[in-house]
Amino acid sequence: MARDWSSATGHEIHDALHHGTATASDITQSFLRRIEAVDGKVRAYVDIWKDHALKQAENVDSRLKRGQTIGPLAGVPFAIKDVLCTKHGHTTCCSRILKGYRSPFDATVIERLEQAGVVFLGKVNMDEFAMGSSTENSSVQVTRNPWDLKCVPGGSSGGSAAAVVADECVASLGSDTGGSIRQPAALCGCVGMKPTYGRVSRYGLVAFASSLDQIGPFTKDVEDLALVMNVISGRDERDSTSADIPVPNYSQALRDDISDITVGLPKEYYTDALNPEMRQKIESAVKILEARGAKVIEVSLPHTEYAIAVYYIICTAEASANLARFDGVRYGYRAPKVADVQEMYAKTKTDGYGREVQRRILLGTYVLSSGYYDAYYLKAQKVRALIRKDFEEAFQKCNVIATPTSPTPAFEIGAKTADPLEMYLSDIYTISVNLAGIPGLSVPCGLTQSGLPSGLQLLGKPFDEATLMRVAYAYEKNRGFDIGKPPLT
Amino acid sequence: MTKITKADVEYVAALAQLSLDEVTKERLVGELSDILSYMDKLNELDTRDIEPMMHVLPMTNVYRDDVVGPSLDRETALMNAPKTDGEYFLVPRILDIE
Amino acid sequence: MQYEAIIGLEVHVELNTQSKVFCRCSTKFDAPPNTNVCPVCLGMPGVLPVLNRAVVESAVAVGLALNCTVSSWSKLDRKNYFYPDLAKNYQISQYDLPLCRHGSLEIEVNGQSKRIGITRAHIEEDTARNVHDIGGGESGVDFNRSGVPLLEIVSEPELRSAQEAYAYLLQLKQILQYLNVSDCNMEEGSLRAEANVSVRPVGSTKFGTKTEVKNIASFSFTQRAIDYEIKRQIQTLEEGGTVRQETRGWDDRSGTTVSQRSKESAHDYRYFPEPDLVPIAMDETWVKRIREALPELPQAKRARFIEQYRLSAYDAGVLTSSKAMADYFESVLKAGAAAKPAANWIMGDLQALLTAAKTEIESCSITPNHLSEMIRLIEDGTISGKIAKHLLVDMFQTGKAPKALVEEKGLVQISDISWLEQVAREVIVANPGPVSDYRAGKEKTFGFLVGQVMKASKGKANPKLVNDILKQQLAK
Repeated sequence: MARDWSSATGHEIHDALHHGTATASDITQSFLRRIEAVDGKVRAYVDIWKDHALKQAENVDSRLKRGQTIGPLAGVPFAIKDVLCTKHGHTTCCSRILKGYRSPFDATVIERLEQAGVVFLGKVNMDEFAMGSSTENSSVQVTRNPWDLKCVPGGSSGGSAAAVVADECVASLGSDTGGSIRQPAALCGCVGMKPTYGRVSRYGLVAFASSLDQIGPFTKDVEDLALVMNVISGRDERDSTSADIPVPNYSQALRDDISDITVGLPKEYYTDALNPEMRQKIESAVKILEARGAKVIEVSLPHTEYAIAVYYIICTAEASANLARFDGVRYGYRAPKVADVQEMYAKTKTDGYGREVQRRILLGTYVLSSGYYDAYYLKAQKVRALIRKDFEEAFQKCNVIATPTSPTPAFEIGAKTADPLEMYLSDIYTISVNLAGIPGLSVPCGLTQSGLPSGLQLLGKPFDEATLMRVAYAYEKNRGFDIGKPPLT
Repeated sequence: MTKITKADVEYVAALAQLSLDEVTKERLVGELSDILSYMDKLNELDTRDIEPMMHVLPMTNVYRDDVVGPSLDRETALMNAPKTDGEYFLVPRILDIE
Repeated sequence: MQYEAIIGLEVHVELNTQSKVFCRCSTKFDAPPNTNVCPVCLGMPGVLPVLNRAVVESAVAVGLALNCTVSSWSKLDRKNYFYPDLAKNYQISQYDLPLCRHGSLEIEVNGQSKRIGITRAHIEEDTARNVHDIGGGESGVDFNRSGVPLLEIVSEPELRSAQEAYAYLLQLKQILQYLNVSDCNMEEGSLRAEANVSVRPVGSTKFGTKTEVKNIASFSFTQRAIDYEIKRQIQTLEEGGTVRQETRGWDDRSGTTVSQRSKESAHDYRYFPEPDLVPIAMDETWVKRIREALPELPQAKRARFIEQYRLSAYDAGVLTSSKAMADYFESVLKAGAAAKPAANWIMGDLQALLTAAKTEIESCSITPNHLSEMIRLIEDGTISGKIAKHLLVDMFQTGKAPKALVEEKGLVQISDISWLEQVAREVIVANPGPVSDYRAGKEKTFGFLVGQVMKASKGKANPKLVNDILKQQLAK
């Protein structure tokens, strides 16, 4: 039997392909077998692209056979959050309203990764339209946390995180509007990054909240994170908000030297709301950074307590407009037997959207409606400015900010579905980052007593992903433990 | 305290083109009231002199040149249409709802 | 009671850029349904708009031509409402920071000029086109027009009659055409007008309830629709009724406006800043560059024509009615012709030929050089004015140079004095009655005698010489 590659990282696969010790086809087969073996439990994939993946792998192999050089991600198997448009297969955002939808174009990030020779294994699960923190809002299935199948993987990119951790792919793409990459990365135990707003093109990302959304990677280590960021970052003329700022080589930025770094600990994040075990994990992680020569100081982000209110006003307002287009006219679901257009709209939307999506659309419509705009939307935009200013001031004193990614480890499926507000409050540590537009990543910082992963969140200055990755890399190299693999088989 | 009424829920549902049954409306009155009450927290802050943050990035003037590029062929454009005659997207009768 | 009407106009102009406002699809008007479409203008999931620079520049050019203040900081907003012709179910438009504000437009009605305020001009995207009753009660939607750039120009409610509204529209159209930013074709929908109309007793300073008159498909309908609406409102008030705030559509067949929907159910558009597009920052150099590229506008040109070429106000008005016409006129002068005859020929015979042939001066087969040459042939006596009228028709049909045609057809005027004296003598002998009448003081018969000489010369005799010679001989 051929070697099982499924636990390999991207750079290990690249070495193997480069030295001819494996073919891309073997590697892809290995992952397809792994998916077959474990996805019945994890339920990360909503669409598996077996033939397409094998064809992409063959392309890499034939390049190698012809003696051509390949890029560092060529032949590396990826999974794609179903919120990204792909010409191949379907793009549904795990919503009934987009069931069977076929995008006529590839998202810019998909194009770039395809150029880089990546092998796409398929699309993975998410909260419907990326609205949620547990992936329970998917219309397709509930994804399980590979470490404990009774628990959620986090969300909204739960499928992307679970697939990486369950070795059902090497890396995956997700989207992060209020923590949807970092929180599941923390809850499942992998590396996940939300780049600076404008760093990665949003073209082909089905919009949830346009001023907050960013695409980012999930990987098994920081080295792979840098490789993916090297490919997907940079200006795209199809996205007016993608920044025309040079992209450094992130791989070259990974040095095990953080003696020039000052780490800020925001006092507002270390309160009683933080689970004591999580607090202890973060404290030991910070000690490791300190031991490697980083200076640690306390900083203040005084408007932190307002972030959730601001976030749920802005994201629902934008979503109420972004989701208006799913109306049964040009694509997607149309309710049967309707007499006129108005009935078509109402039935299509009411049947097509899940409960959380409807709730957010109504909330967003309300905060924009006549008479309430100033009290909610405008007010939120002003407080948003204050939140950004908090970060600007904090970054006068430090290079990175270290916080927990989530106040608690993964919770049980169904535990929070009854109370939307409680679910919203679990985003407390990730949301401000999207409001300020700055980059953030989550790196595993150990398992709790009950065997669930926890995540260290590192936040950086705008467009300074390189420093963020360097600190995460140094931590990863020196943390002195490996969280290992979930006991799936 | 109820922050919003059933009439408010009905009003925004009409704007959003959602048709809600009575049970759902009642549920939403409660849920949305809770969330909106939580948002009242923002009133603690005096923001009179604060410029609202419309964009994250300090970018202006991003344009494209006025050059025609390829369009989709019609078959592709209509590929996902729930109903079409091969030329147009077909929709049921349009009452005067504008 | 005496009433006065208060009218404000909202005009939507389709800008004639090559590509749409937020995507690279063509703006071409008559393409087969759903062929000038792409994921962006179909509002497919995952797409983002990118603003066409030419749209911003055209809009600013119009703003400057309408004496507007160009905003140094402007943004786009989402206007939310549902309709099958709206791809995203929100329209990208401009709400509280339009690109241009506080302008004016000067109109002239019955020889009186009046300045009408322009509230704002802003960029937005056009909607798709619904084709109703395609069969089985269904409608078809064609997204070719979706995303075609529009400029919405809103006037202050300072128009007081349908005639003023008509003059405003014509003047606006003229300016837009001078700027070459739109085809301004009302029938094809590239210029659409909506009128807000209310009436109030003369002397009152309070505005009456207004109605919005839509669905006006041509310039002449505008005047009729507004006239009708003013009369309807006055009649309603006279009969003790009240005017309802509503939208009314002009129905050309019945010549009336018909209620469409009442404003009570007005939309709550939930405008908010478009997060997918960054602000438009207009610095002074950019505005200056656009201003410097503006052509001379109709009003300035009219004034200059009166001043520089000593034309009447009327002639100057006709000659500047289009930029092409004015350019043609000036080219004729540049080729050497004097202003007055050039103006007369262009406005008279040439215009008649163009009208009959249903063509525009831009595609006229007579070049300005040829027209100038023809005028010179009249002035130097080579041809008569009467011959020239025929010559012009030939020039129009063949595109040939007047000199060549004169030679080819032998149209040169006869100025041979001895031959003309001989013909005059023969005419006098052959017409003793008229001659004695003339000598008895009946001057009218002189014309008859001239006509006889011209007839004998087949119209080629030099009319001035014929006059002189006949007068001389009759005086003997």
